[in-house]
Amino acid sequence: MSPHLILRVISKLLIPLIVVFGLYVQFHGDFGPGGGFQAGVIIAVAVILYALIFGMDEARRAVPPTVVRYGAAAGVLIYAGVGIATLLMNGAGEPLNFLDYDALHPDQGHHTGQHYGILLVELGVLTTVSSVMLAIFYAFAGRVPDIPDEEW
Amino acid sequence: MLEILAERFNYIPIIILMMIGLYVVIATGNLVKRLVGLSLFQTSVFLLYITIGKVFGGGPPIIVDDGHHGEDAGHGAEAAASHGAETADHAAAATDHAAEAADHAVDAAHQAAEVLYSNPLPHVLILTAIVVGVATLAVGLALVVRIREAYGTIEDDALNAADYSLESGSAE
Amino acid sequence: MNHADLTQYLDYLLIAMLLAVGFAIVRLRNLFAVVMLTGVYSLLCAAWFVSLDAVDVAFTEAAVGAGISTVLMLGAMLLTARESEPAGAGRHWAAFAVVAAAGAALFFAIPDMPVYGDAESPANAYLGRDFMERTPQDIQIPNVVTAVLASYRGYDTFGETVVVFTAALGVMLLLGFGSGARRKDEEED
Repeated sequence: MSPHLILRVISKLLIPLIVVFGLYVQFHGDFGPGGGFQAGVIIAVAVILYALIFGMDEARRAVPPTVVRYGAAAGVLIYAGVGIATLLMNGAGEPLNFLDYDALHPDQGHHTGQHYGILLVELGVLTTVSSVMLAIFYAFAGRVPDIPDEEW
Repeated sequence: MLEILAERFNYIPIIILMMIGLYVVIATGNLVKRLVGLSLFQTSVFLLYITIGKVFGGGPPIIVDDGHHGEDAGHGAEAAASHGAETADHAAAATDHAAEAADHAVDAAHQAAEVLYSNPLPHVLILTAIVVGVATLAVGLALVVRIREAYGTIEDDALNAADYSLESGSAE
Repeated sequence: MNHADLTQYLDYLLIAMLLAVGFAIVRLRNLFAVVMLTGVYSLLCAAWFVSLDAVDVAFTEAAVGAGISTVLMLGAMLLTARESEPAGAGRHWAAFAVVAAAGAALFFAIPDMPVYGDAESPANAYLGRDFMERTPQDIQIPNVVTAVLASYRGYDTFGETVVVFTAALGVMLLLGFGSGARRKDEEED
């Protein structure tokens, strides 16, 4: 590992920036290109870069596989939870719709409910996509290849 | 005929790319390369959808607001209208405001209608298809890895041979 | 129609590069080269998506197609094989016949497709424009793609999130949780 000094230093600088960029993509998705799917992939890529440079064991210590597994399920639950919340928070006499974000906030003039709903739903997508990509990466990287290196 | 094709020239390279993917899927026995061919085919279908949604002279489907004026006017109209309904005292003034604001909103809408945008619906379809595509690709690759562990090869001729020898071996 | 647009030459260049990369993928047998060229192909597609105004799609293709899938295919290649066997002659001609027939059928269907870049074509004139006009009133966010994705089509996106979750579940069932606990203890089969 020691020969890759420059790689290690540069990637240590870059990984936080990649995560910040991922969060920017996530929360700026309403105004420009971006959203939960892209941000989730970018954040997963930051961890994958860490694993490539510092090794799988370090990456597993930073982001444990248990967290990844719970995260994948938590994102789906956030998304479904928003849908159920819209069912429960609906005012009397309004039509009952799963994922009808207007029910989340009484301010219909500015569509604040829609903005809250999109924000929460994208958060669920972010959690699931980043966790799933990491889980798949861990699953592949956790296997030990039985092909000898001479075959390269 | 030539003119019809020239107006639709975008489909020709996309069909060729699709057929390249299909050829790789059929002709190669290596399961990893076959998945590569499948993803080539998939990406070509994405291209097909996106080119259909392209509008010449249009921009990306992100609405350009010329300042927040138009939006605010719209809100103003709604808010003023609701106020007008509530309070009878300021009804006259409020409706004045509402009318003025509504005029602004109409102006803004008129301006927005002149800006061309590409069709956003294919983009939405393909956006989710890409993410689902990588998820299914991962499942396919995981199956290939398991096949390699069970059989020691990922060439489908060798896999068939191994299966037949297994069958004849159990029959003995 | 506005054909006098300089970006069309960029499009031609990208199409030529896509075709070159596609034929190279068919010809090459070294799987490492094939996987890296797939990443290049995705990146070229992303560039063309930008030119086609699909910025969200380009972003996703660059992050997912060129990033994650290349990493996954490299990981799978590391666990399986380095070279692919060449196709036999019989197989090559059978595949070629199928591809020629399917390609000819698709080519025959081109005149029925909407004209490229036409704002008044049936594909673009009705529903897409309707969503562009309704989003500022219904949702009030500038990015229509996000609005359709998360709100109008929120139920669909929920289904797709579940699909992604299920895929991770499938991979974990097939390959283990990747915790490194079961390294080489599968000698019993």
